[in-house]
Amino acid sequence: MFDHSGTEARLGAASPVMEEKTVEKLDRVVVRFAGDSGDGMQLTGSRFTDATAVVGNDLATLPDFPAEIRAPAGTPHGVSAFQIHFASRDILTPGDSPNVLVAMNPAALITQVGSLDKGGTVIVNEDGFTDHNLRKAGYTTNPLEDGSLDDYQVFRVPMTSMTVRATEHIEGISSKDAARCKNLFALGLVSWMYGRPTEPSVHWIERKFADKPQLRDANLAAFRAGYNFGETAELLAVHYEVEPAPAPPGTYRNINGTQALACGLIAASVQSGLQLFYASYPITPASELLHALSRYRRLGVRTVQGEDEIAAANMSLGASFAGHLGVTATSGPGMDLKAETIGLAVALELPLVVIDVQRAGPSTGMPTKTEAADLLMALYGRHGESPLPVVAPRTPADCFDMAIEAARIAITHRTPVILLSDTFLANSSEPWRLPDVSSLPTIDPNFATDPSGFFPYARDEHLARPWAVPGTPGLRHRIGGLEKEDVTGNISYDPANHDHMTRLRAERVERVAVPDIEVDDPDGDASLLVVGWGSSYGAIQGAARRVRRERGVKVATAHIRHLYPLPGNTGEVLRSYERVLVPEMNLGQLVKVLRAEFLVDLESYTKIDGLPILTRDMMEQILTRVSSSNGGGR
Amino acid sequence: MKRNGHSSNGGDVLKLTKADFSSDQETRWCPGCGDYAVLAAVQSFMPELGIPPDRIVFVTGIGCAGRFVYYMDTYGMHGIHGRAPALATGVASSRPDLSVWVVTGDGDALSIGGNHLIHALRRNVQLKILLFNNQIYGLTKGQYSPTSEEGKVTKSTPFGSQDHPFNPVSLALGAEATFVARTVDTDKPHMAETLRAAAAHDGAAFVEIYQNCNVFNDGAFDALRAKGQKELNQIRLEHGRAIRFGADGERGVARGPDGRLRLVDVADVGKDALLVHDAHRQEPSLAFELAHLSARPTGPTPIGVFRSVSRPVYGQELAVELEEARSKVGPEELEKVLHAGETWTVS
Ligand code: SF4
Repeated sequence: MFDHSGTEARLGAASPVMEEKTVEKLDRVVVRFAGDSGDGMQLTGSRFTDATAVVGNDLATLPDFPAEIRAPAGTPHGVSAFQIHFASRDILTPGDSPNVLVAMNPAALITQVGSLDKGGTVIVNEDGFTDHNLRKAGYTTNPLEDGSLDDYQVFRVPMTSMTVRATEHIEGISSKDAARCKNLFALGLVSWMYGRPTEPSVHWIERKFADKPQLRDANLAAFRAGYNFGETAELLAVHYEVEPAPAPPGTYRNINGTQALACGLIAASVQSGLQLFYASYPITPASELLHALSRYRRLGVRTVQGEDEIAAANMSLGASFAGHLGVTATSGPGMDLKAETIGLAVALELPLVVIDVQRAGPSTGMPTKTEAADLLMALYGRHGESPLPVVAPRTPADCFDMAIEAARIAITHRTPVILLSDTFLANSSEPWRLPDVSSLPTIDPNFATDPSGFFPYARDEHLARPWAVPGTPGLRHRIGGLEKEDVTGNISYDPANHDHMTRLRAERVERVAVPDIEVDDPDGDASLLVVGWGSSYGAIQGAARRVRRERGVKVATAHIRHLYPLPGNTGEVLRSYERVLVPEMNLGQLVKVLRAEFLVDLESYTKIDGLPILTRDMMEQILTRVSSSNGGGR
Repeated sequence: MKRNGHSSNGGDVLKLTKADFSSDQETRWCPGCGDYAVLAAVQSFMPELGIPPDRIVFVTGIGCAGRFVYYMDTYGMHGIHGRAPALATGVASSRPDLSVWVVTGDGDALSIGGNHLIHALRRNVQLKILLFNNQIYGLTKGQYSPTSEEGKVTKSTPFGSQDHPFNPVSLALGAEATFVARTVDTDKPHMAETLRAAAAHDGAAFVEIYQNCNVFNDGAFDALRAKGQKELNQIRLEHGRAIRFGADGERGVARGPDGRLRLVDVADVGKDALLVHDAHRQEPSLAFELAHLSARPTGPTPIGVFRSVSRPVYGQELAVELEEARSKVGPEELEKVLHAGETWTVS
């Protein structure tokens, strides 16, 4: 019935033969679903993710959307992919390269197959490999026939026609509608391969199409057909099992950096009792945060789409003056525009949270690609001496904690705070152990109310000035961007006062209490320390764990989440290792800061290709250094 | 929260005077500057609002007009060049209990901040925007502004400006402003009347104030300011009244046979032919025509309220709803937000 040829097989229909299939155990798998942007790959990926979460595997995911909104169908520009890494132990990244690629058309294959490990599995929708589609993807010969995939294990599954057949019995479904369900067939098939439970997907389909019974039935039929195909087709002799990963007890949900930021900002609003006033201007990828927060009116969240980036920043600052939690967010180019408002917030000494979801620059750069090259801008990118606290989350879930932290610093210290996220954090997701709400910090806005002895630029123990909100009887005052006299806040051009105020503004930010850096050095005797910031955490930590486990290499890691002021023990940590490596997704910005601040010799590893730093890259960087130091030090 | 800080207090009448609105800061404009007259007029008018100064916020940008904020004993924010309408939008849209005023200039509002101005107007934010138009950059010492006339010779245009100027009233109308008016710095009663109408308006009120910069552009508005000239040239727009002007109302505005507005002698056309001003017309073409009656304020020029129509006010009701919603949010709701979507439990 089947025509086997090497590792390739042609699968016409599911075999009725029910043979016992072998189950193989794996400790981790990376699957990438890829297809045309109209093929529903993101949906397939997120359904697979939910089913994987239910199994109890640790996981991390990363979607990869085409940059064009409506790229021509079937072309490499229109390929949309979703990668998931799941394992029976704690993992930290969505995986360097997939073990399994599901390619719905030739364009998906041609763009993605290169990242697959040799010997990896390719599952193609054979029906997508028409002459027309092959040409659009740029193939001159059919890769399924010409031997170019010999390094991989290829399964050819006619997903479209099998889906159409499976939905034939459903009335009122055109074959075009039916063919659209092929992504659910793929989901069913891969769910079978990795022993994912079917209930989460079935329930999801039932809920999603509750008021469209025909579509519901068609999608269910496609999903089941895919699953059953796996179970019955002779060729797929093996399926796999990935055991649950040990995880601390608690309730979990899967969350990406955008959702985590939204949750964190809402939590900060609840914990401070301040209304969240969020203004931004549409920009990729930060718009997602505007969309996410816009849905929370019922919690009193105010979102505004400003006429431009500058307006969004000013509206938020105006709202802060009026006694709210003012937040604005943007990506790269928008930060250029917000600089003057951030400078004003420095002078006004008002709370303002500015979120920069970094993307590849300069200028428009690559809007959908990740980069972490706005650090120096966040620290120094305003005229005059205008210091402010800068924080950077390290994982998608950490975006929750750092959003609260940014708001806490802003409110308590009456200062703008920049939070540096990036495209990778915004889009990738991981399981998040939900915090106990009662354990979240309370943030006291400590509004000024007492007119006796009130001065707008008097200072408390943090050197923070009073936040006197309009409408408060007896606290009328005027603040502005002009230099102010200490205490009274009156305009002042006095040289000594300006010198004093400049130093005061610097000191009040330096005095922001931030936690020490925690060093991960299991035996305490590593000679190499890897110091990272931002989203490279997963790759650095993952690489360190692997080289320790697999090669017995000693390496220490530390991650800086407060970039200004830096943790108090930073210098000490840097000086206590023979070699220190600073990997960054820029041309060496943190390394420059650390060298200047602490006069220490540091090594820099930089990668700026629009993609996250991979675990593999970090392993290589660690291994070159550790082996060379074994061979006679530096 | 009380809605619309601009409406007067009703019941308990506050006894406020000009002094209650005057800060202790020394005014620093050039002697003789039109800004002094505007400041005095605004400070004198404020008690009429019946709103305690604690609930009034002035927001300004950069330029000579930007200093205004420091002289008002209210809450105040002196922002960045051009951004006052955006800052003020953040204040006004989130705090309906406050009365929020923007003071800006022609460079601030129409050049660097043009975008924020038009968007505040089209949104109809609860703001009173006073634009001090002196047709010059004063604080930066005398460059031509977006309202300077073509051919204007300044330090930055030694051969004369080639830019066509903005007509601020026309621009505001084009931005769909719901309230558009014009007045003159030294004309105290007219200023008070205009401010009164602006304050009573629900939504964004735009008031252009012809303001003399006696240092860099002296006499720009003499036709409408100077004794002997203003009587002839001020065309006072009053809703529901025939438009007449001149020392004895001997002149007026009427529609000509070609359908266009023109200046006429009442004796020639008869008073029944005069145009009756209608500020409440939803469709703005009459207001536009009046705005374009004079190309420059050097001859007969309309002042007063060009347009006053109603449209929903930006975000004020929402602000009340949101504050109510927020005040009810506690740990349980937060917990629900965090637990949204698919969750699973590890024991
Ligand atoms: S420069 Fe002109 S506008 Fe500015 S204060 Fe002096 S006179 Fe007034």
